[in-house]
Amino acid sequence: MINKFFATCEAALADMPDGATVMIGGFGGAGMPTLLIDCLIARGATGLTVVNNNAGNADTGLAALIGAGRVRKILCSFPRQADSWHFDKLYRAGKLELELVPQGTLAERIRAAGAGIGAFFTPTAFGTRLAEGKETRRIGGRDYVLEYPIHADYALIKADRADRWGNLTYRKTARNFAPIMAAAAKCTVVQVRETVELGELDPETIVTPGIFVKRVIRLH
Amino acid sequence: MKPLNRNQIAARVARDIPNGAYVNLGIGLPTLVANHIPKDREIILHSENGVLGIGPKPAPGEEDEDLIDAGKSPVTLLTGGAFFHHADSFGMIRGGHIDICVLGAFQVSAAGDIANWHTGEPDAIPAVGGAMDLAAGAKQVFVTMEHLTKQGESKIVERCSYPLTGVRCVKRIYTDLAVIDVRPDGLHLVEIVAEGLSFDELQRLNRVPLKFRAAA
Repeated sequence: MINKFFATCEAALADMPDGATVMIGGFGGAGMPTLLIDCLIARGATGLTVVNNNAGNADTGLAALIGAGRVRKILCSFPRQADSWHFDKLYRAGKLELELVPQGTLAERIRAAGAGIGAFFTPTAFGTRLAEGKETRRIGGRDYVLEYPIHADYALIKADRADRWGNLTYRKTARNFAPIMAAAAKCTVVQVRETVELGELDPETIVTPGIFVKRVIRLH
Repeated sequence: MKPLNRNQIAARVARDIPNGAYVNLGIGLPTLVANHIPKDREIILHSENGVLGIGPKPAPGEEDEDLIDAGKSPVTLLTGGAFFHHADSFGMIRGGHIDICVLGAFQVSAAGDIANWHTGEPDAIPAVGGAMDLAAGAKQVFVTMEHLTKQGESKIVERCSYPLTGVRCVKRIYTDLAVIDVRPDGLHLVEIVAEGLSFDELQRLNRVPLKFRAAA
């Protein structure tokens, strides 16, 4: 019998080594898997490379992970926020490496990893500082920049409901990066609001099929 | 001369958005455009984080933390709205499915280059978000901004001095002084919107040459 439900976050994240690349879902607070991040902070894995759209807000979630000094490098599109003080401080001190990626390129690089694409040409950022040093090509009269996929060891995401096969549904804009991150990581760990019996999720409404999911934790 | 205020600029942009358009509004001044869409038009607003059909701001107490826009502000969903993941959302942008995006800017060049993500200061923390994708992908890029900097210099320039967001992508510029089209042969004045501003005075402030066709 397949059963992807894990009893505790600790068990679900127990094998994460130092230096892992970790995708963290969420756009601002919507879809941020705070339970999993809190557990990650408590467990102590360090030297992490984190992929998220932002670099944390205030003192919780991703900001707390950065503040705890566990992140070596971050790939994101928009680190600077009014309340991104943990990121700002470490970045300015040269203790945190930043790879700034346009938001759509970030999404597509994650998608490409999950879909087995080796690289792709995108028009985004052509002629700008963020394309400097990158291979470009003119295709059909338009200029494109070559971009490579972003693979991850783990994806930590939040979903609304899950069954024991790991099929997932989401809630509103909390979906954001979760489906593509789930596919791009070797081990996807999901925090859900509710777990349900197999068959209770309408197959027409499943957004992430369980093939992309390894471990599911229900919020208590 | 009486320049338009921010709400008047937004209202002027809204006048040019046709019924049925799929539109992405940037953060700041562009967001105000939503408040001025004529009631007889159905416009579908897109937000990068994965939603089409954004409605008005929720009433106090009715906010839902799972329903936000790209500025991370709480929003509502219109009947008929839809959610989707980030790769699909940017596929809509890059794939040319968004009819109009309205962006703020530090500078726009005579060739339609836009600079709006980085001041170029060495100690600034860079942040780009979806601006480069929108600049490269939307069918039409409109820019809204004040015409002049606080020092009185035109933000419409021969060449941008700030780091670029996109090249040759801006179609129309709406400022507190004028509406200007960017065309292959240069900048064309569409309309002076500041009360009491003459073409000669606008040209003096703008510096980059403006072509002027008499009103049809």
